[in-house]
Amino acid sequence: MPKVTYIEHNGTEHVVAVDSGTTCRDAAIDNDIPGIDGDCGGVCACATCHVYVDPAWLDKTGRTVAGEMEAELLQFAEDFRENSRLACQIKVTEDLDGLVLRIPAGQH
Amino acid sequence: MPVKTMVKDEINQIPLDEIDVSNPHLFQNDTIGEYFKRLRKEDPVHYCANGHSGAYWSVTKFNDIMRVDTDHNAFSSDSARGGIALDGPGARSESSSRPGAPDMGLTMFIAMDPPKHDEQRKVVSPIVAPHNLETLEPIIRERAAAILDSLPIGEEIDWVDRVSIELTTMTLATLFDFPWEERRKLTRWSDMVTATPGNGVDSWEQWQEEMTECGMYFKGLWDQRVGGEQKHDLISMLAGSPATSNMPFPEFLGNLILLIVGGNDTTRSSISGGVLALNENPAEYVKLMNDPSLIPGMVSEIIRWQTPIASMMRTAVCDADVGGKTIREGEKVVMWYLSGNRDSEVIERADEFLIDRKNPRQHLSFGFGIHRCVGNRIAELQLRIIWEEIVKRFSKVEVVGKPVRSLSHIIHGFTKMPVKLHAR
Repeated sequence: MPKVTYIEHNGTEHVVAVDSGTTCRDAAIDNDIPGIDGDCGGVCACATCHVYVDPAWLDKTGRTVAGEMEAELLQFAEDFRENSRLACQIKVTEDLDGLVLRIPAGQH
Repeated sequence: MPVKTMVKDEINQIPLDEIDVSNPHLFQNDTIGEYFKRLRKEDPVHYCANGHSGAYWSVTKFNDIMRVDTDHNAFSSDSARGGIALDGPGARSESSSRPGAPDMGLTMFIAMDPPKHDEQRKVVSPIVAPHNLETLEPIIRERAAAILDSLPIGEEIDWVDRVSIELTTMTLATLFDFPWEERRKLTRWSDMVTATPGNGVDSWEQWQEEMTECGMYFKGLWDQRVGGEQKHDLISMLAGSPATSNMPFPEFLGNLILLIVGGNDTTRSSISGGVLALNENPAEYVKLMNDPSLIPGMVSEIIRWQTPIASMMRTAVCDADVGGKTIREGEKVVMWYLSGNRDSEVIERADEFLIDRKNPRQHLSFGFGIHRCVGNRIAELQLRIIWEEIVKRFSKVEVVGKPVRSLSHIIHGFTKMPVKLHAR
């Protein structure tokens, strides 16, 4: 099973084994990762699962596309960066085994 | 037959096409829930041809509301098309239930579409972002404590005025760095936005006079701060940011009024609504007193249960399907958050107030998509603090008389709630 590492704003790491096909938002909620609320249920509508993708993984996860809903929502998130994504829009695959996501300080 | 059952039977006999859930009296007499229950069951996307505020569609189920709220390309908030309320600010007077309302020309980002919406929202959002709130928490807690400590034990008082309005007004005055002694002006102006002659104001002349006073007052604060050192209050931020510093005055005022209403008429209702919900569900009150660590989850449940903004409106900019019905270009669509928050197909035991429910954050009260409430975290923060301080001091906030509800299909709140406090 692919593993995803979530790093809280204070440095605490959580390594979670995730079924392929599950989103990083759902995996975070199922494993009680602090800082990922996912209020909308994982349908790209609230931006409460904002994460920073470790730059080494950005090509594999992909980036946001200007004008699409994910980018529209993220532009209002606190401390939005180049490598910002919504965890609900990253689906785990075997290719993403080892993925590292950091959780913004403002989201705890 | 109990009164409640009689009302239910009567509601069930009304022909579907005569149901008009925009009638504000149904909210004031608190029968609206039965109407929504019927629409969710029989006609979840419902057309009303001759409504209190004109013709409109009602969207009453959770997922359909989510669908409309997140499709800002098909459903516009732009005030030029009709804005965000059937009869609220931004509504064109010919199509509203506010006939004769003076046009102040106010515009606000909640009633805009991208890209202008995005530019203006981005200026405001940092002030209420979580990081900034950390510095606000001790100030809000100190003020909440002072409010509660000033209340008499065992005497009847009005919770709405003494606590709900006082706390939210103080928080707003803090955010605006508003002259402290005059902070109740903020409350008054917030009420004025939804007032109509006979409901909060005597005449449109008086309304215009008070709104002009509001405008002049803020103009004064703006002028003071526009050239001054950059402070972290909202007015300074608007005055100092390139995206907003050259804003035409009606737009500046519109955005300020938006923030006043957003910060005042909402959390105020949740503070009162939580007291009522706990009184009506005594087992939940016992749970709370036994375990105050339930407060963060309870806060979300209160916000779901109260749904302080009952509805928001959009205008279709193209033909669009919602829940199997086709909404035509130009038609008005009202998303009834209050109804979606009782949709038992999405929320388990949706008709029950449960302070320890499993997914309390799953509710529509803040809306979804690009117009999602910008101040949701400060709303939750104020509610969490006030309840933490309430349980420290009082064994019960007892509702001792019938609360008076607001006459509005948007602001779902209370104007009076008599309570008696019991010491711990």
